[in-house]
This record gives sequence, C-alpha cells and structure tokens, in this order.
Amino acid sequence: MRPETALGPSEVEAPAPPPGPATASLPSRETTSARDRARGLVRWESALVILLVATVLIGALTSRQFLTSTNIFSNVCLLYGELAIMTLPMTLVILAGEIDLSIASILALSSSLVGYLWENHWPMPLIMVCVLGVGLVCGAFNGILVTRFGLPSLAVTIGTKTLYAGIAEIVLGPAIITNFPSGYTTIGVNPFPGTHQLLSYSAVFFIVLAVIFGIVLHATSFGRSVVAIGWNKEAAQFAGIRVKRVKTLLYMVSGLMGSLAGILYTFRLSTAESDNGVDLVLPVIAVVLLGGVSIFGGKGTLVGVILGLLVYCGLQSALLLTNFNANALEIVTGGLLLLSVLIPNAGELTARARRFMNRYRVSGTS
Amino acid sequence: MVPDAVHEGEIAAGPEAVNGPSSSAAASEPLLVLEHASKSFGAVRALEDASLELYPGETHGLVGENGAGKSTLVKILAGVHPPDGGVLRIGGREVVVPNPAAARDAGIAVIYQEPNLFPDLTVAENVFMGRQPLRAGHRIDGKAMHRRVLDLLVPLGVRLDPERIARGLSIADQQIVEIAKALSLEARVIIMDEPTAALSAYEVQRLFRVVDTLRASGAAVLFISHRLEEVFVICQRVTVMRDGRQVLSRPLEGLSADDLVRAMVGRDVVEREEREQVRRGDVVLRVDRLTREGVFVDVSFEVRSGEIVALAGLVGAGRSEVVRAIFGIDRYDAGTVHVAGKPLKKGAPVAAMAAGVGLVPEDRRLQGLVMELSIGGNIALASLKHVRHFGLVRRAAENRFATEWATRLSLRYRRFSNTVSTLSGGNQQKAVLAKWLSRRPQLLIVDEPTRGIDVATKSEVHRLLLELAQEGVAVLMISSELPEVLRVADRVLVMREGRLVAEFPHQEASEESLVAAATGQTEMFAP
Amino acid sequence: MSALPDAVEGAGTEAGSGSRRLADVIFRVREFGIIAVLLVFVAITSAIQPRFIDVQNIKFVFFNAVLFALLALGETMVVLTRNIDLSVSSVLGLSAYLSAHLFSQVHGVPIVVVFLAGLVIGLACGVVNGAITAVARVPSLVVTLATLYIFRALDVIIVGGGMVVASTLPNSFLAITTSSVGAVPYLAIVIAAVVLAGAFYLRSFRSGRELYAIGSNPAAATLAGIPTGKRIFSAFVISGGIAGIAGVLWAATYGTIDSTAGYGYELTVVAAVVVGGVNIFGGSGTVTGAALGALLLATINQALYVLGISSFWDLAIDGFLIVVAISLDHWISVRLTSALRKRSLQHAT
Repeated sequence: MRPETALGPSEVEAPAPPPGPATASLPSRETTSARDRARGLVRWESALVILLVATVLIGALTSRQFLTSTNIFSNVCLLYGELAIMTLPMTLVILAGEIDLSIASILALSSSLVGYLWENHWPMPLIMVCVLGVGLVCGAFNGILVTRFGLPSLAVTIGTKTLYAGIAEIVLGPAIITNFPSGYTTIGVNPFPGTHQLLSYSAVFFIVLAVIFGIVLHATSFGRSVVAIGWNKEAAQFAGIRVKRVKTLLYMVSGLMGSLAGILYTFRLSTAESDNGVDLVLPVIAVVLLGGVSIFGGKGTLVGVILGLLVYCGLQSALLLTNFNANALEIVTGGLLLLSVLIPNAGELTARARRFMNRYRVSGTS
Repeated sequence: MVPDAVHEGEIAAGPEAVNGPSSSAAASEPLLVLEHASKSFGAVRALEDASLELYPGETHGLVGENGAGKSTLVKILAGVHPPDGGVLRIGGREVVVPNPAAARDAGIAVIYQEPNLFPDLTVAENVFMGRQPLRAGHRIDGKAMHRRVLDLLVPLGVRLDPERIARGLSIADQQIVEIAKALSLEARVIIMDEPTAALSAYEVQRLFRVVDTLRASGAAVLFISHRLEEVFVICQRVTVMRDGRQVLSRPLEGLSADDLVRAMVGRDVVEREEREQVRRGDVVLRVDRLTREGVFVDVSFEVRSGEIVALAGLVGAGRSEVVRAIFGIDRYDAGTVHVAGKPLKKGAPVAAMAAGVGLVPEDRRLQGLVMELSIGGNIALASLKHVRHFGLVRRAAENRFATEWATRLSLRYRRFSNTVSTLSGGNQQKAVLAKWLSRRPQLLIVDEPTRGIDVATKSEVHRLLLELAQEGVAVLMISSELPEVLRVADRVLVMREGRLVAEFPHQEASEESLVAAATGQTEMFAP
Repeated sequence: MSALPDAVEGAGTEAGSGSRRLADVIFRVREFGIIAVLLVFVAITSAIQPRFIDVQNIKFVFFNAVLFALLALGETMVVLTRNIDLSVSSVLGLSAYLSAHLFSQVHGVPIVVVFLAGLVIGLACGVVNGAITAVARVPSLVVTLATLYIFRALDVIIVGGGMVVASTLPNSFLAITTSSVGAVPYLAIVIAAVVLAGAFYLRSFRSGRELYAIGSNPAAATLAGIPTGKRIFSAFVISGGIAGIAGVLWAATYGTIDSTAGYGYELTVVAAVVVGGVNIFGGSGTVTGAALGALLLATINQALYVLGISSFWDLAIDGFLIVVAISLDHWISVRLTSALRKRSLQHAT
C-alpha cells in the first residue's frame, strides 16, 4: 500500500516534502561517494602540509628574520593567539552544521567590559570571572535562538553580531582604557616562561585548548554527536542524540572562548576599545574552512584546522616581513576563504560543465 | 467481492466510470507506447522488460507490489531517469525524455503524492510560473492569469481561489494545483502516482471526478495505486507489474480483485501460515488515548512481551506519527504512554531509550543512518555511552561493539570503517537493526522494516523479528505490505485517518479484511 | 461510516477566500505596522523634544533613509532568492572614493559620467559575487563575507592615507542631495520613484516573480524550468550596481571620503530589509516594505540623536531589531502555516 522508494543511489528529482516553513539554515549539499570523501580529506590535509612547508621555505628564503624566535613570538604567536583560540569552537559549530558570526563581537564586548569594569575599580579577578560569564550568556542566547526558536544561525548571528557589538559600544562609548596593571599586560610583551622565548601566553592557552578540543571532538561521545548532527540532524535525533542541547552547548563554548580571547586581546594590547577585534570573524572562518571543514557540516578535522591556522599565520607573517602592503593582507585572507570553498566544488564544477555539454549532444524530443 | 462493495459502500461513482469510457475513444491508437524498457541501479534490476500502452480518453491503472517496478517506470516517463533500454513513442513518434523539461515538452505530466509547490506564491502563480500571460510591455496580466486558472479549475469541478497562497493547502488541493498546471501545459498524458494515499474520502471522490473530466477531454491518465477498489472504480484498463515487467495488461472488464492480486503476487492469495502459540507476557507498552491535533486521535492499544503487533493502514493514516510520538521524536497533545508500567516522558527520545525502547525509523537513509559515517560508527551511534572507556570513545571499541550484532544479523560488509553508504539496502537495514538490538530493548518499534529490500534479506528480517519475540521482546511493526503483516504479526491493528479502527487477531486477519478496514469500506471493532 | 455528504462545492471558495484574506492581512500588516510604529515614534519623540519635526531634522532623516532605502532595494532582490549580499558597504566605499576622485583626475568631468563610473564599479563587484555564487555554487554568505573584506581592502589600498575633500568637488555635485522641494529633498523623491519602479518590476514581470519562486522552493524552481543561475547572478549584479550608485550619492552627501566610507552599513541594510518584512530565507517580502524599514531605522537614529542619546546605541538597536524581526517572522510563518492548514482540513472533510 505504499509507493515504492527508488532503488539505488538516486537523485535530486524525487518529490519534495509539502510546503512548510523553510528549515535549512545553511544550504544543503549533494552527497558524494564515501571513498571519494575520505580520499578528499586526506588529500586536503596533505595539501595543507605541503603548503605549510612551502610557506615556511619561502618565508625563510625571503627574510632571514622569518625563523627567528623573535619573529615567531611577536609576529605569529602574539598577533594570532586570540584568533587561534576562536577557531577551536568555530570548528565545532561549523561541523555541527551551524555558524557563529558573533564570536568576534563577543570578543569586543568582553574587551569593553574589562575596560569599563576596570575604570569602575572592580578587582581584576572578579572582572575576568564576570566577563567569562557574560560570554557564556551571549553564547547561550545564540543557542536558544537557534535551537528553541528554530531560527537559521546565519541570520541570528548576523543579528547578535550587531547587537553585541552595539552593546560593546554602549558600555564603553568612545573611551579608550589603557591603564591596566603590568602584571596582566605582560602577556603582550613577554613570552610564556619556559618556552625558549618562543610562545606567547595566548599561544600556550591555544595549545592546551587545542588538545582538549581535539580529544573532545575525536574521542568523546559528545564529539561523535557533533559530527553526526552535522551530517544528518534527523538521523542523529532518531539515534537519541539531544541535538538542541549539543548545539546550545556549542554556542555557549563559542561565547566563552570569545570572551577569553577578549580578555587576552585587551591585556596584550593593553587597551580596551569598543571595536576591538570585531573584524576577526572573517579570518576565523577563513582558517576553519581552509582547514578542510565543510561549510555544510560533518566533514573536517581539528588537525586540518590547526594546519590551516599554521599556513595562514605563516603566510601572513612572511608577507609582513617582505613589506607587503599590510592592507592587502585582508585580500589574502578573503582570497583564501574563497579558494577553500571553491576547490571542493571544483570537481562538481567540471562535472556540471560536462553534463551541460552532454545535454546538447543527447537532446532530442519532439 | 470488490465490485459489489463499490456499489454498497462509500465509493459511489457514476456508472460510466466502472465499465468503460463514455467517449468512444477505446478503439483508437495508443497515445503513449513504452516498449521493452529496462533499467538497473547498480546490481539491482528495477525494470526487466516493461511495456505499457496508454490510450487517449482512458484511465489506465498500474498496480504491483513494492519493488515491482512501478515507481521506476514512472520516473522513466517523467524524465527523472533515462532508461537503459527500450523505446518510447508518443503519438506514434519516437521520443527521448532525458530530463523533466523534455517530459513536459512531450506532453507528459506527473502528479506526485506530495506535490512540490511554491508556498509563498499564489495558486495562480504556481500554475503559471515562468509562463504567466502577458499584456502590453511584457507585464504580467494578473486578471488574465486569474481567469485562465479559473477556466482550468471550473471544468474540473473544483473551487479554489487562484489568489490564495499555496502555503497550508491540503495535499488534495495541492494536487489539484498540479493538475491545473499540467493542463495549462497541455499535457496529454497525466500520470498520478499514488494520489489518493493521503486524501480523505471526500477528496478522493473529488479527485475521481477530476480524473473523469480529464479522460473526457481525451487525455490518457495513468493511475498508480495500491488501493485495488479504486482501480476498479475509475480505470478502464489495468497493467499489473511484477519483478520489473508487466504480467498482465488488459481491460478491467471481467477481472476481479483476486485476479489482480494473484497476478501481483504470482501465487494465490497469501495463505495464512500457522504459527505456534505465542507465549504472551506482561504488557510492555500501553498507549492511552494518544492524540495529536490534526494527525491522530484517541489511539489506544497495548503490546505485550513476546508479541508482534502490526500497525497497518494506508499512507497518511498516521501510523508513523503515532510511533514517533511514542518514541519522543514528535510531541503529542493528549494521552499517555506507559512502558513496563511506568509513564514515559513525552518528547524525549533519551527517556524512551532509557526505558528500553528502540525505533527503527521509516526512512533508513534519512533517519536511520548517517550515510557518511562508518558502519561501526552508525551501529554504535545510539550507544555512545557504552563504548566509552574513561570517558573516551575509541574507534576500536565502537567496532568491537558493532561486530557482535553485525555477525548475528549476518550483515555483509567489507570493512567496518567503510561508510554505510557502501552497503546494499538490505544490509543497511540490518545496520539500523543492529544499532537498536545492541541496546537490548524490551520494546522494538520497526517502521516498514523491509521496504526496498531484496527478497532474501526480507525473510531474514522476518525471521529475526520472530526470534526476538520468542526471546520476549515486544515488537510493534508498521508495515504496508500485507503479506508481511499476515506472515509475521500476532495481532494486527488498523489505522485510518488518524484513528485506530480495527483490531484483528492473527486467525481473523486476511488481506481483504485488512484492506477493507484500511479503506473504510467496513469497520469492525474488536471487543 | 455514514453515507457521503453531497459534494460540498462551495467549500473550496470559502476556505480559499478566508485563507487569502488571512494571508493578505498578515502581509499588509507588516507594511502598515511599520508606518504605525514610525508615526508612534515620531509622536513620542516630538512630544519630548518638539524640535524633532523641524525641517532640518526631517532632511537628515531623509538623507539617511534615502541611501539605505536604495541599498535595501538591491539587497531585497538578493535576499528574495535565498541569498545574501554582505559586501554592499565595501562596494559603496570603493565607488564613493573612486567616483569622487574622478573629479580631481578629469577636469570638468560631467556628473553623469561620475555616476556611470560608480555604476560600473558596482556592477563589476556584483559580477564577481554573482559568478562565484551562481556559477560556482558557493554559498553566498561565504562569498560576500569574503568580498566584504576583499573590496574593503582594495579600497584601503587605493585610498592609501588620502581622502577626497569636499572642496575638490563641484558644487553642483554636492547640491544633489541638498536641493529640495520644501522639506523633502529632491533626491528622496527620485529614490522613492526608483523603489516603486523596483516594486513594480518584482510584481509585474516574469523574471521578477521568478526571484520569489527561487527563494520559495529552489528545487521546484529548477523543475519549473526557471534559469535559477542566471536570475541569481543578475540579482547580485543589480545589488552591486545599486551599491555603486549609492556610493556616488554618499560622496555627494558627505563630500569628504576616505577609506572608511560606508563601513558597517551592510548590517543596517540587512536590518532594514528584515524589519521591512522580507523573509531572510527568501520567497516573500516587498521592496516597499524594505524601504519603509530603512525609513524607520533612519528615523530611530535621528530620534535618538535629537533626544540626546548617544549614537553608540545605533548598532545595538539595529542588532536588536534584526533579532526581533527574524523571530517574529518565524513565529508568524509557523502560525500562519498551521492556521491555513487547519482551514483547509476543516473544509475538506
């Protein structure tokens, strides 16, 4: 009494579900064969390794300064520590099939709060706890809007990105706070002790967090849930995974990392300003996608993202050393972002071109 | 017999609909001829050597069991898949249909069970999108469009406001919109794929009138249905398919439902197998007056340990929805669910799983499995807590966990790390079963357990269900395949339009009684 | 079972017109709602600060509204197809600088040529966005996020540390935005006409309706033979072109242009569009609604300024409005669908 289902691995043209409120937050993908995908990922990470080696070589060749510990400390670890930290939760959020455009605004908000509360003579430890809490709340708000209200994360986080940046402006206004105690601002000047002058405090934070995130993603049931949700939310639900809870947690972690980054950023620059770091959202997403994580969710590894991060930082610092126009660096970032989404689709592009050609050969109706 | 029931029961129709067309189109040339079509998907041979002739002014019924090839045939005519072999002729001329646009150009229109409209646009725009009538300066002539849509709808005997947006239209109305669209494209061949599956009795009647109107205008209608009594009401000719080819193709006159069933099945109407007395234990699942507004109402039943209870009925009757509500994927508005005497929290699959309930869902590709994950990963997905060591999940642990049940189910695979999409349909279903059986549930709910699976695996699954029942598991099975229901179930519950309308113990169940209850021709309530 | 009732013929119409009225009401409510909120806002603000409705303030409101209404027109066309264009602000900035710069490079260049230059710059940027989105099938969020930064970086490189100063621009150019008919700037009338023309196009031409179809059900749109790639590409090109023109207008309004022109505008544009009732998923909404949304936002900005509330609240309010509008729309859509469905069911059985 049932219509047959199509046998075999078939195609897009099956009848679609009846009209109703749209459900996709990000566009959906067409499935490719499993083996191709596995090969694809390994190929991607290998390409990144090659790219990294090439970048390091070119950097070392064009500037003797490139491989010095000063360079690595000042122009890599210091500059990109906060960005690196933010890529970790962003990886998980994108793997789960969502996106968080507001993370950099949470950074800005946190920075503003640090400045504001410090101006009002709050003790610094309390400030940090408070600010981290605010980050959690901001993330929870994102999570609730996306899971309870069922709103598309793209639109929601465009809204909250604006909202949080706006609150940052309200909190601090035009003020610029700079009188932070040197005990804290030392992280912007001195490397973390015991690392041979190489790693900044933020870099150390990043390494520790990267290990934690890596274990969580690849070796816990939570991580398995995240990946399953990204590939197929419905099937994950049917397997008893609490999709809403997982996604809300991811957003809360994202908010927490954003505020952690905000605190570090503020101390590093010894400046709290209401638009601190707001522009970092693009590089964070660019690095994650460069690392081989699919914008549609499910596919990707943390190792890939770390490789992507290294390539990105290497490229940027090499360019800086050669007096490349600093403003053009953003073009490089934007270009990398585009390339990392174009390349996976390149296969499809040629396939579609071929099909297009075929259609002209096989046409022929009455 | 079915033809009598036609006159006594609800499905009343004009005399001309039963025995041949009113127009004299019967003797003319066929409008569409498909000869020796074949189609394979990988190793599966969906169509062997199928042929079909559609005459203008006739409604042609296409029936067959699941897997017989009906859907593939439709897809070939609709341009969704090109056939591997075979010839298609329309109006005498050979025609190639490589894509849906070509099908449209050739005058073929398909009305699917779940139409694909633009929810934010009006009915009129849905009908004419891309071809709206124009007035001076290439502007859309809204008034003309409105008039043309009415001109299409009125002869069909349907009143639908062309300016209404498509959102929220009932499936029946959506189909009418699709039919109007087909007519506006001057389709001569109109294929209806299980159109009545989700319609109410009134809507079915309306659709029949529409079909008669289409017929009278000289179109050829291909009517695919599992509801044999409907076929007898509105079709003049019928083709029965089995195993990828047509086994019978002739005017309906003189045929009986049994003849059709025999042709579909290749054997006499299913004999009820004798089953050994089932040892029925305690009540494992008790559902009381479960209601979800607009979907199902006042559903109450019990399943005991050791029993296999089948939930039968037509598509759209609400069976999958009831079961999803029990498991917690969907919510319900009223009623209660008790598992082993304890109330089950609603809307929480985790609670259901903790209470020992497992659900093998209807659509294994979209709901049962994550196609891109490995076989081991999928089987372990519902049991992540159990493959943890010191909080960490390791691939090896997952695979070990999965191996036990994969072996027991004779799941044929190459490597556990291969993704699940490399498995055949039957083995994929086994993977889903393994996923749930490895949790040792006390209640296993399976929704269409053998849909789209080869015959050999089908019987393995049936054997498995029977074994589980022997071991004391309570099994609730949704199935649309009557032979399966009759072979496996101890008790059959029949749902119709959201209500439980009949209950048959194994001895009293038969294809006729089940079909009758499912279509509302007669209703019997078991005490 | 009871015998079948005789065919309830009128049922279709009743359900139909009732549902149509319901859906229509919902859509109209949005536009009237914005106007209502606008009037309430103006009333309250002028009660507190009577100076609010003087000519100067109204002019400022129209300045801002005009620019955003224009940008909202282009953005709406993109959003209708279930895409988004985040790069409009960068395109505006690029066009503002380059077109104004033309005045100092080419002596006595006619203003029309400058506008044309801005248009071409905008179209070129739109082509980039459209090509990557429609042809290479990359999600427009990612594409326009990237081009947002790429175009802005190009702008910064080209501008260097320089800027165009108002004194280098011909008076006739700067007068474009100030010349008015009473309290209403001439430009506002022109833009209003353009917006209405856009609305007319989207309502009365096949290609316009196809944009709605693409956003409403992309799969069905392809099946219906709509050239989705071509339409989406065109939408982006138009959005870019409009942003290019808006850039020239920006230059005419502010006179002094550096590399920060238009910075952050994309968020306000998205807010205007979303507040104006365009569904972020596409398929429904009107440009008049979006333009009214722009008007509302500009009014709120000006009111805050007049009331002495710092402009630092602008961004937060924009963000808040985006969140509220999206939530509200979603809630309405869900309610509407179930209400319409229930009506259909009632009349069918």
